[in-house]
Amino acid sequence: MVNNFILFPYLLLGIALYAMALAVPSFKTNSKRSAFSPVVPLLVFVFFISQLGVPSSRFSFWQAETLPFNFSFHLDGLSLLFALLISGIGTLIFFYATAYMKNAAHTQRLLGFLLLFMGAMLGVVLADDLITLFLFWELTSITSFFLIGFKNEDEASRKSALQAITITGLGGLIMLGGFIILGEIAGTYSIQEMVGKKDEIQSHAWFIPTLILILCGAFTKSAQFPFHFWLPGAMKAPTPVSAYLHSATMVKAGVYLLARFSPILGDHPVWNYTLITVGGITMIYAAFQALFRTDMKSILAYTTVSALGIMVFLLGLQSADAVAAVSLFILVHALYKAAFFMLAGTVDHETGTRDISQLKGLGKIMGPLFGVGILAAWSNGGIPPSIGFVGKDLIYESTLHHHFSPYLLTGLSVATNVMLLAAGLLVGWMPFRGKLSHPNAHKPALALWLPAAILAVLGMIFGLAPGLVDNILVQPIYQSISNSTPEFHLKLWHGFNPVLYLSLLTMALGFGLYTFIRPGGKTLNFIERSEIFGPRKIMHGLANGFLFLSEKYTQFMQNGKLRRYLLVILSFCGGILGFVVLTETTFVIDYKSLTEITIYEGVTVAILFIAIFLTLFSGSRLAAVASMGVIGYCLCIIFVFYSAPDLAMTQFTIDTLTVILFVLVLYRLPRFIRLTFSARHIIDGIVALSIGALMTIISLEVLYRTPSREISDFYAANAYILAKGKNVVNVILVDFRGADTMVEIVVLSIAAIGVYSLLKLRLRKNEKME
Amino acid sequence: MEILLAVTIGLLYAAGIFLILRRSLVRLIIGLVLLGNGANLLIFLLGRISKGQPPIIPEESKVFLDAYADPIPQALILTAIVISFGLQAYAIILVKRAYRVVKTDDIDNMITTDEV
Repeated sequence: MVNNFILFPYLLLGIALYAMALAVPSFKTNSKRSAFSPVVPLLVFVFFISQLGVPSSRFSFWQAETLPFNFSFHLDGLSLLFALLISGIGTLIFFYATAYMKNAAHTQRLLGFLLLFMGAMLGVVLADDLITLFLFWELTSITSFFLIGFKNEDEASRKSALQAITITGLGGLIMLGGFIILGEIAGTYSIQEMVGKKDEIQSHAWFIPTLILILCGAFTKSAQFPFHFWLPGAMKAPTPVSAYLHSATMVKAGVYLLARFSPILGDHPVWNYTLITVGGITMIYAAFQALFRTDMKSILAYTTVSALGIMVFLLGLQSADAVAAVSLFILVHALYKAAFFMLAGTVDHETGTRDISQLKGLGKIMGPLFGVGILAAWSNGGIPPSIGFVGKDLIYESTLHHHFSPYLLTGLSVATNVMLLAAGLLVGWMPFRGKLSHPNAHKPALALWLPAAILAVLGMIFGLAPGLVDNILVQPIYQSISNSTPEFHLKLWHGFNPVLYLSLLTMALGFGLYTFIRPGGKTLNFIERSEIFGPRKIMHGLANGFLFLSEKYTQFMQNGKLRRYLLVILSFCGGILGFVVLTETTFVIDYKSLTEITIYEGVTVAILFIAIFLTLFSGSRLAAVASMGVIGYCLCIIFVFYSAPDLAMTQFTIDTLTVILFVLVLYRLPRFIRLTFSARHIIDGIVALSIGALMTIISLEVLYRTPSREISDFYAANAYILAKGKNVVNVILVDFRGADTMVEIVVLSIAAIGVYSLLKLRLRKNEKME
Repeated sequence: MEILLAVTIGLLYAAGIFLILRRSLVRLIIGLVLLGNGANLLIFLLGRISKGQPPIIPEESKVFLDAYADPIPQALILTAIVISFGLQAYAIILVKRAYRVVKTDDIDNMITTDEV
C-alpha cells in the first residue's frame, strides 16, 4: 500500500479552513454549512483506517533552517489508535452534536470549535517533534477553553473554562521547560530519535528535573490528583463537548504523552514510583467521589478521572502485562465512556435534568437508550463477554505479577473497579428502572441514541472477538509503548485462575455496593463538605491571593501618572546604561586631539547654559519658550562654527517656526503651575543629572575611539561623479537616500494634516470654552 | 571644545528629562525639544567637529582635495530636525486642543478618559 501519511498536514489544513468557515459569525445561523460537519471527521477516519497495518512512518513537513526543531510527524500503533479514536468518535459526536444542538444558538460556532479541537488533537498524537507537539498541545487547551465556556453568558461556565485553561495551560508551560531541557540533553527534538538515546538521557544530571517538568504537563492535562478538579468543573460544557473532550480525547492527551515517553523516560525508579503513587491515589479517590454525586455528568467526570488514574498507574507499573493492559484499556474506556456521556446528554435533552435522584423508570419510554446504558455499564463493569472484561483481566494480571507489593496494587485496583462498576450502574441502570418520573418525556430522535449505541455495541463485539483489535491495534500500541515485540494475545477466556476469581469478586462487591447507594442531597452535601480542604479550595485561595497581590502591585507601579512611568523607565534604562558605561569606559581624554576654544565659542556656550537655566526655572511660560528658542539659535551658531551650513540653516528656520507656533497657540493657556520645591524635584533632578552626566561620559568615550569613515568617504567620493552634486549633505538626502527623504516628507505631511484638522475641527457644544 | 560640547549635551539631556517629568504639558513639550537638541548635538559631536571644512566639493574639482567634515551625521541631524518639528507642531496643537476640551494642562488631571 502506498504510504500516504505524508498527506496529513494538508488534511490538518483542510480541517482548520473548514472549522474557520464554521466558526466565523455569519448572518444566517444554522445554515447548510454545518450539515457537512460530520463528513470531515469521517473522511479523517477513513484516512486513518487506510493506515491500519502500514508500518510506522515518519516525515518532516518543514524544517526551520536556524532552529534545532522541525515540523515533523510520526505514525505508529499508539498514534494510530488515538487518531482513530479522535476521528471515529469525532464522527459520531458530530452527528450527535448536530441533533443535540438543533435548536440552540451558535451551533455552527460550537461545531467549528470542535473541529479545530479535533485538528489540534490529531496534531498532538501525530507530532514527532517536541515543539510541534507542544504547539498542538496548547492549541487543544485553547480550543477547549472556548468549548467549556461555550455558554458564555453563564458565569459558572466562564469560571470553569478559566479554571481548565489555567491548570492545563500552566501545566503545558511547565512541560515546555521539560521539553526544551530534554531536547538539549538528547541533542534532538525528535521523539523517535530519542528512543535510541534512552541511556544517555537517563544518565544525564538534568534527567530528574526534566522528568518532573514533563510529568507536570501530563498530570494536569489528564486531571491527575491534585490537579483533577478542573475536569468535573469542565462539565459545564454542552454534553457533546464533554463526551468528546473529556472521555475520549483531550484528557487522554496526558496519558498519550506518558505512553509516548515511556520508552524514553520510563524504567527509572522516579518514573515508576511517581506514576504508581499519583495514578493510584487518583483512581481510588476519584472513584470514591463518583459514588456520592447525583449529577450524571458529574459521576461520569469522576469515573473518567479514576479511569485516567488507572492508565497512569498501569504506565507506572510498566511490566509487559501492564503495558498490554493500558494498550487495551485506552480503547475500552473511550468506547464505553463516550457512550455514557452521550446517554447522559440525551437524558438531559429529553427530561431537562441529569439528577439521578430525580430520574426513574426512563427505560419504559427510552428503550434504545436503556440498551445503551446496559451495554456501557456492562463494559464499564468488566463483565464478560464485553471488551471491558478482557481489559480488566489484563489489569489484574499486571498487578498480581508485579514485583512491587502485588497485594497492595491488586487491592487498590479491585477497590477502584468495584466502585467504578457501581458508579456505572448509577448512570446506565438506575435512571431507567422503577416508576416513571417524567411521563412527558418522549423517545429520543435516532441521532441522539444511535452514535452511543454504535460505541456500546462495538464494546461488546470486540469483547466477543478480541482478535478484531488484537493484531492491528493493540499489539502495535504495545510496541510503541514498550519498544519491544509483544508476546501476548487478547483472549476472552483464560480458564479458571486467580484473575478470574478476582473478576468475580469485583462483580459481586460492585453489585453489592450498588444496592447500598441512595443518591440524594444528603450524600452530595457530605462529599462537598469534605472538599473544603481539597485541592480545589487551595487552588482558588492561591488564585485569589495572586489576584490581590497583582492588584496591589499594579496600583503601585501603574498609578496612571505619566511622570511615574517615565521616571521608572528612565531610571531603569539609566541604571543599565550606567552599569555598562562605568564598567567599560576608560575615562581617558586625549587632550592633544581636541580643538581649541576661542572667545566666540566660549560666549555661545555660555549663552546656551544661561538659556537652559532660564528654560528650566522661569516661572513665565513666554520666557521659557523664548529661552528654548535661544538654545536652538545657539546650536545653530555651533553648527556654523563647525562646518555644517545646511544644519545651521535648517535649525534656524525650524527653531523660529517652533517658537512662533508656541507663542501663537499658548498665550491662551494658564500660567505655569506654581513651582513648589519638593522632594519630587530632588528625585527628578538626581535622575536627570545622572542621565545627563552619563551622556557626557558616553560622548567623551566615543571621541576617544577612532571613527570609521568608510561610508562617508564613499558618499564624498561619489557625490559629484554619480550624483552631479557638490553639496554632499544635500546629495545624500535627495539622491543617495532619496527614498528615505520621500518617506520623511510623507511623515511631515501627515503631521501637517493632523495640525490642520485639529485647528479646524469644530468643537462640540460641551467643549466650548465660554 | 569637545569637552565643553559634551557637557552641553549632558546639560541638554538633564534639562530635557527634568522637564518631561513635570506636570505641565507645555513643559513636557519644551523638554522634548531640548532632548531632541541634545541628541542632535550628540550625533554631531560623534562625527568629530572640524572648523572651516564644510562637506561641499570645491568649485573647480570633482572630489575633495582637502579634509572635510563628516557629511553623514549632518544628513542624519537634518532629517531629525525636520521630523522633530513635525512632532512638536502636532504636540503643540494637540495641547491647545486638549486644553480647550478638558480645561487643564496639568497631566495629573488627565488620567481618566471619563468626563470629569
